[in-house]
Formats: sequence, structure tokens, C-alpha cells
Amino acid sequence: MMGSLRSTTAMFLKDFRSELRTRYALTALMLFVITTLSIILFSIGNESVSPEILSGVLWIIVFFSAMSGLSRTFVSEEERGTVLTLQLLAKPLTVFFGKLLFNFALLASLNTVAGTLYIILINDFVVKNYAIFLLTMLLGTLGLSAASTIIAAVVSKANTKGTLYPVMAFPILLPLLLTVISATRLAVEGAPFSEAAGEFRVLFSYFVVIVAVSYLVFEFIWKD
Amino acid sequence: MLRFLLGIWLTAVIIVSFAFPIVANPRQWFEFPVIPGLDQKARILFFHVPMSWTAVLAFAVSMVFAIRYLATKNQDNDIRSVSSAGLGFMFCLLATVTGSIWAKFNWGSFWNWDPRETSIFVLLLIYGAYFALRSALDDEQKRATLAAVYAIIAGVTVPFFIFIMPRIMASLHPEPIVNTEGKIHMNGTMLTVFLSSLAGFTALYVWMLNLRIRLARIEFQRQTRG
Amino acid sequence: MPTAILHASNLAKVFNRRSIFSNINFVIPHGRSFAITGRNGSGKSTLVKILAGVISPNDGNFTITLDGTEVKRDDIYRHVGLVAPYLQLYEEFSAWENLDLFRKLRGVDVPDVSLDGLLEKVGLYKRKHDLVRTYSSGMKQRLKYAFALLHEPEVLLLDEPTSNLDAEGMSMVSEVIAVHRTKGIVIVATNVREEVQRCDASLDLDADPARQGVRS
Repeated sequence: MMGSLRSTTAMFLKDFRSELRTRYALTALMLFVITTLSIILFSIGNESVSPEILSGVLWIIVFFSAMSGLSRTFVSEEERGTVLTLQLLAKPLTVFFGKLLFNFALLASLNTVAGTLYIILINDFVVKNYAIFLLTMLLGTLGLSAASTIIAAVVSKANTKGTLYPVMAFPILLPLLLTVISATRLAVEGAPFSEAAGEFRVLFSYFVVIVAVSYLVFEFIWKD
Repeated sequence: MLRFLLGIWLTAVIIVSFAFPIVANPRQWFEFPVIPGLDQKARILFFHVPMSWTAVLAFAVSMVFAIRYLATKNQDNDIRSVSSAGLGFMFCLLATVTGSIWAKFNWGSFWNWDPRETSIFVLLLIYGAYFALRSALDDEQKRATLAAVYAIIAGVTVPFFIFIMPRIMASLHPEPIVNTEGKIHMNGTMLTVFLSSLAGFTALYVWMLNLRIRLARIEFQRQTRG
Repeated sequence: MPTAILHASNLAKVFNRRSIFSNINFVIPHGRSFAITGRNGSGKSTLVKILAGVISPNDGNFTITLDGTEVKRDDIYRHVGLVAPYLQLYEEFSAWENLDLFRKLRGVDVPDVSLDGLLEKVGLYKRKHDLVRTYSSGMKQRLKYAFALLHEPEVLLLDEPTSNLDAEGMSMVSEVIAVHRTKGIVIVATNVREEVQRCDASLDLDADPARQGVRS
């Protein structure tokens, strides 16, 4: 078990250092956030928009940015032909959990940037309960990275990866998205923490369920 | 022979569903009772509900064979799984269209994001993506495996809607057959017609599934030889 | 090192119902080298991938036994080393970083000195800190030998072992094969006649299935 933990860390660090060197995913993700955010700012103009709608818009930015970059960890191995190399180096689950860790790190940094910019730049979006907001961000990032990692693994084997990814991920992410939007709404309404407990339970169990099902099916995806 | 019986059966169900009058206090054996708020529009339940039921049944059957495929890697299981998924998608579309037309007359708009509408929409999205994925994979074994895996991943997320939707929106959808108090709105005649329709649609599905599987097997064998 | 035996019985692979090969049978005992030959498209690489445990055959069985115990399918990767044209290493890393990653991913304790020794052996020591992207195709081929030998596998699979290599590289390959044969099993997939003749036995994938088997 310790051995596989070390290998998983090695897998994560490999993707991390590769990303630092090539910046394939990070640049795309950050530019996507900035582009969408500026479009939203332009379209809002001087109008005042209700915080409820703005909570939804935040997650639209996060969803589409994630869709633009999170498939790379598997797609790049497939395109470079290094899948075989990894198959010969490690057990399937080592690869999966390493990639999951990497996607989580990537999405966490993306969400930090997106969330911070959103709060700073959009005046109508005022978070009144930061505890709810931060926990929603954390649990949302966990669930989103788990689902998008396993879907990325599936989609990397297909011919039309780019367009297929959001199409395949959306129905699976919808329960998560609806829940984070409703929790973010509670955060801007300033609801007491206990009111969001139901949302947190859903988000946490969503993450657990997705990781568990990935654990069971990943080998079928990874091995030819 | 059986298919002629099925044809006669379903024709009878269709005629009866439209011909029998809906009255306030049914006295005769051929009269339907009034369901408050639905009136003549109640007749949809003879078609819409069996369609939804058949769609769910077809997806469940597809899922069973998908799991069997992963366990056995026998291509025939994929043939059965995809044939059933295709029928499920068709019945799902029919249920969506009939439901939407009904919603226009009962709720005033074609689409309201009612919990049931949302869940049927998600089913359509999932199986739309399922078929898109299949067409993007060239290798037969890879296609069967990944389609099965995707159906399983999507399948485990669907129950979340049961917890989520009530928090977001209250349902306007009439309770099917039995309402919340456990009281049956239908009288004996209505129930008989409804159950006959349910049986008819299920038999229709089984017959169509057999046809599709036979066709797919013949194509499979022809390509193997050629 | 444990005594390795490789068994293949009745192997068949089908791709979209087109049979690539079928009814492949052979046994390779410890200390032997074995050649697989065949036209382009005869399924040499597919067979090599099956023997490496990364794809499963549609029919038949393939096992590696070490000192009498069968290696579990999930663990085959620990006991085989592969060099092949379709094998790719990480181009954005240097040779040293690649090997460092490989030992960590495998979870094997190979000291730095041994990594240096391995790089020396394949003739890349002087350029070990250069990115693989800047390597010539021959140098990349050499690095693949370091990849395959790092964990000291019992079974060495070489698909087109000398492609892109110069004379010095070819003699390195001959030496690797000669040394490894004494430690385990070497399987070479090639159409170069001298390479086939140097092996103890061979299998021709083009041959009539009825006559297929070990030529000794």
C-alpha cells in the first residue's frame, strides 16, 4: 500500500512537472476564465444583476473552463503514445489516482483564481457566508475533478475528443452543478451554515460515489 | 401469430382509451371517472405512462447486458445492450414529446423544468452522449467496453436527482396511479385499460427488441464472413 | 534470478472480427532467445503486446511462470521489459528524469549509481541531462533499452531491436541479448535475417497454422 502511494505521488509529480514545462492545460484554463469573465462583465455593463443569477454564472465559467482543460491529462498521453509506457510501468489505479490528484490541483488553482476575480470584479456578487462559500468551492472542486477525470479517461480513446468531452460530462455533472449553484446561492443570501448541510451531504456523497465507481471501472478503460 | 394478437390488443387499447366517456360519477362499466384538474387530458396516462415505463425498462435491460458484457467480453451481450438502449431512447423521446404536449395544455407551457421533466431530459442527454461515444470509437471491443462503462458511470449519478430536485423545485406532476395518500384515483375500468396498455407496450418492446437483436446478429455474422 | 518459463497456447487475436492470427503455440524455457517473424501486418507487434500483458488475446492462454509459480496478469508488467518503435518516452524530460520517474512509478529501489551505470551502458551518460526532445531517433532507441532494463525483468521483449541504431548501437543490442539470455528469456520480433538466426528458436506468423510451432 505504501508502495502504491509512492507511485501515485510520482504519477502526480510527473504530470505536475510536465505541466510546469509545457503549460498546455494551465494557460488554456486561465485564459478561458479571463475570456468568459470579461464577456460577462461586458454584458452586465452598469445593470444590476441578482446575486442568485450570479451564483449560477460563476459555475458556468468553472464548468466550461474545466471542460476546456481537464481532459488533457489523459488525451496528452494518448496523443503522444505514452499510454503503453504507463501500462508497462504501473498498475491502472496508480495512474488513475495520480491523474485525479493532478486534475484536482489544476481545478483548485483555477477555482481560486476564478472565485477571487469574480468577487473582486462583480460588485453585485457579495458573499455573506464565507464558510458556506469556501466549503462549496472545496467540495465542488473535489466532485468536479473526480467526474471529469474518469470521463477524460473514456473520451481519450475516442476519435472526436474535443467536442465529445463536454457532451459526455454534462449529464454526469448536472447533479453536482445544480447542488453547488444552490449552495452558492445560500452563501450570497447569508443563510446560516446549517441550512447548507443538505447540499454538503449531496456534494460529499457525489464525490465518494464517483471515486468508487471509477475505482471499479477504470481498469476496463485503461487496458485494451 | 403473436404479433397479430399484439396489434389487435394495442388497437383495442387505443380505441377504448379515446372512446370511453369521462363522467363525474361513473355508473356504467365503460365510464371513466373524472380526475380533478385533468379532465379529458387524463387520457394521456394510457400512453405517456406506459411509454416512460417501457423506456426505463429498456434502459435497465441495456444496463444489465452492459454489465454482463464487461464480465464476459462476449460481443453478443453488447448487441443486446445497444439494441435495448436504442429502443429506450425512442420510448424516452415519445414520452418526452407526449408529456410536453400535455404540459402545454395543463401547465401552460411546453417545458417547465419540473423534476420529472428534468430527469427525462437527463436520460435523453446521457443516451445521446452514449450513442455519440459509440460512433466515435472504431474498434468493436473498445466501443462495447467504453459504452458499458459510460452507462454505468452515468447510471450511478441519476439517483442524485431524487435528493436534489425536491430542494430546487416542487413538482406539479400528477402522481402516477397512486397519489401520496395511497388513494387510487382510477376506477376499475380505467385501471384495466391502463394495465392493458402497460402490458401491450411492454410486449411491443419485447417484440421490437427481439427483432433488433436478430437483425444485429445477422449483420454481425455477415461482416464476419465478408 | 528466478527461473522463467513462458507458455503460449492457442493464442488468437481478432480486430473487428478480422482474425490477425490464431492458434499460436510455443513454450520458451529459461535461458533461451526466441524470434518472431512475419510480413508487415502479420501481427508481430500485436503478439508482442500480448506477451507484455498490455492487451488480452481473444482466445487462448499466455502465462509466465517464475520458479514454478504463475505470474498474475496484473503483475506481468513487473517482469517484462519492452523496446519497440511504438513505445514513447517523455520528450519534455531529460533521460535522467525519465529514468527517475520510471523507478518511482515502478516502486523499485534503484540507486542513482545504477541509473548512471545504465545510462553509461546505453551510451547516453554524457547527455543524460538533455531533454529527450533534442535526441536523435537512435538516441531515443538507446534510452528505450534503459527503460526496458531498469527493473531487471526476467522477460525481455524487443520489437525491431536495431531500428535507427548505428553500428555501435547494434553491437550494444547484441551484447544486451547475449547477457540477458543467460538471466531469463529474450524475445525478438524482427525480419532481419541475422537477428533471427542468432536466436535459439523462431516462430513465423505467415506460416501455415498447421505447421506453426517451435523450430529448434
